[in-house]
Amino acid sequence: MTTTQASPVRDGAPQPIEMGTLQGALSDGLAIARRNVIKIKRVPDLLVFTLLSPIMFILLFAYVFGSAIDIPGINYREFLIGGIFAQTVIFGATITGAGLAEDVQKGIMDRFRSLPMSRAAVLVGRTASDVIINVITLVIMSLTGLLVGWRIRDGIGKALLGFLLILAFAYAVSWVMAFIGLLVPSPEVVNNASFLFIFPATFIANTFVPTDNFPTVLKFIADWNPVSAVTQAGRNAFGNVGPPVRDVWSLQHPVVYTLLWIAIILAIFVPLAVRQFKKAASR
Amino acid sequence: MTDVIEARGLVKRYKGVAALDGLDLSVPEGTIMGLLGPNGAGKTTAVRILTTLLDADEGTATVAGIDVRQDPAGVRSRIGLSGQYAAVDEYLTGQENLEMVGRLYKLGGKQAKARARVLLERFDLADAGNRPAKTYSGGMRRRLDLAGALVIAPPVLFLDEPTTGLDPRSRIGMWDVIRELVSGGTTLLLTTQYLEEADRLADDIVVIDKGKIIAQGTADQLKSQVGGERIELVVEDSSRVDDARQVLAAVAVGDVSYDVQTRRLTASVQGGGAALQQALRGLDEAGVVALDVGLRRPTLDDVFLTLTGHGAENDETDNSQKAGAAR
Repeated sequence: MTTTQASPVRDGAPQPIEMGTLQGALSDGLAIARRNVIKIKRVPDLLVFTLLSPIMFILLFAYVFGSAIDIPGINYREFLIGGIFAQTVIFGATITGAGLAEDVQKGIMDRFRSLPMSRAAVLVGRTASDVIINVITLVIMSLTGLLVGWRIRDGIGKALLGFLLILAFAYAVSWVMAFIGLLVPSPEVVNNASFLFIFPATFIANTFVPTDNFPTVLKFIADWNPVSAVTQAGRNAFGNVGPPVRDVWSLQHPVVYTLLWIAIILAIFVPLAVRQFKKAASR
Repeated sequence: MTDVIEARGLVKRYKGVAALDGLDLSVPEGTIMGLLGPNGAGKTTAVRILTTLLDADEGTATVAGIDVRQDPAGVRSRIGLSGQYAAVDEYLTGQENLEMVGRLYKLGGKQAKARARVLLERFDLADAGNRPAKTYSGGMRRRLDLAGALVIAPPVLFLDEPTTGLDPRSRIGMWDVIRELVSGGTTLLLTTQYLEEADRLADDIVVIDKGKIIAQGTADQLKSQVGGERIELVVEDSSRVDDARQVLAAVAVGDVSYDVQTRRLTASVQGGGAALQQALRGLDEAGVVALDVGLRRPTLDDVFLTLTGHGAENDETDNSQKAGAAR
């Protein structure tokens, strides 16, 4: 360290660029997203979770369950993909919660909160960069799906809309996870707690098997479970038409029903998460 | 001189227990205020309120003339904070960490990059700038964290226990950096549980315990509160203790105390140097050999002991937990 008379850190101090509120918030969100994207490259666990586990799930379900399950009118592997897309991107949302919990635990959140930055940017940047993770995951899963016999049958445009809907739903869920991550600032607890919630939520649905033979209560839950609607919307978009869809409004109009859920989740959990962010203190 | 940091009657309660119990602080421009106290004294709570991370239940505070409650964003654009454990993202490199902070201060990509390079150079991290912070030593992480607090060269700086957990060499390095900072006119509030640290760095020291100020002044003023100097003497031969004690008693004010384990005699004296000379002559005449003898001024440890009735002991479990969480 060189010693100079004048203060080294005050000389040549940079000047902030003038920005409007919205421009500032976008710039902050970008800075946070940039950081999270760098982390995707650097954190091996995250890479494994993102790239390998979806492949494993597809192969396991396709060949282990697929060998025993017979669904009329459709190859099981084709039936499976819509469901497994929905499940995997919901699991992907836990990254949002765990990442935020980790930031609180490590004190980085304090750094953010002491900066003159947009209050929502940490959350917006976080959830936005987690969409990138989900996009990567969907690409990997689609390729794996194509290898095991899944096909897009109604044109690529419609399929892309299906992917968009799945991503939008996952984005909404990541705000739920953001709230939980800030509420329970321990990444391990967030992971364990959300698995307890995600497994039933994604299994009591039409994701892996038709629900017609479910016990009555489970069948009712599955009919109105938004995960079922997302899955059905995906299958419709990819043209993976199987057995007749159950005659309930939610599954007859899966896109509208999913959009409704997205709106409701965002309306509730964006304000909750922002409020919790303001409170979140690393002890 | 104007007060850059000013707090009046800050109260913060957690579940009915007061972490801060009516704290007043004034830090004049360009000075270092040392907030000294054991763990749980309320130091961090005070810093969190002044840096807008926490709302006080009662009282007011202004930083750089701005009310922390009414215009937190205004305060944030004028302060730098380096917290109790290094808030760096360990998967990002040093350069990326500082760049991110620069972008969040709205410096724009180009300025943020350039500023990051300058700071890394300044904090001896240039060589490690492209390595993930995960590979840094504790001292390097602290320096990176401090650099993060200086990205816009804020006029007011808060350092919450900047050297807790550092080895002695890194600690001294950190002290040099901090001293240099303030030479440029930065106003600094520093919390510490190390009495030596406050003694070395702070112009003014506020001693707090259980959320209240128990003493305030310069290091010298605080020391004089506990009384004057004392002679400490370690005898070579423990059978000669009584002779040595007689010699010291002749110059002492009050009793001469003796610690059997260390064979150390301690006597409060007045007129330090002369008293020491007289004691040395007496020892010589009595033929008592001293292993170690010297005039000692009271330390802030003594201050703490006198003021609170307990030493500046730390809740070690709390500390190690925090270190664990930081890892």
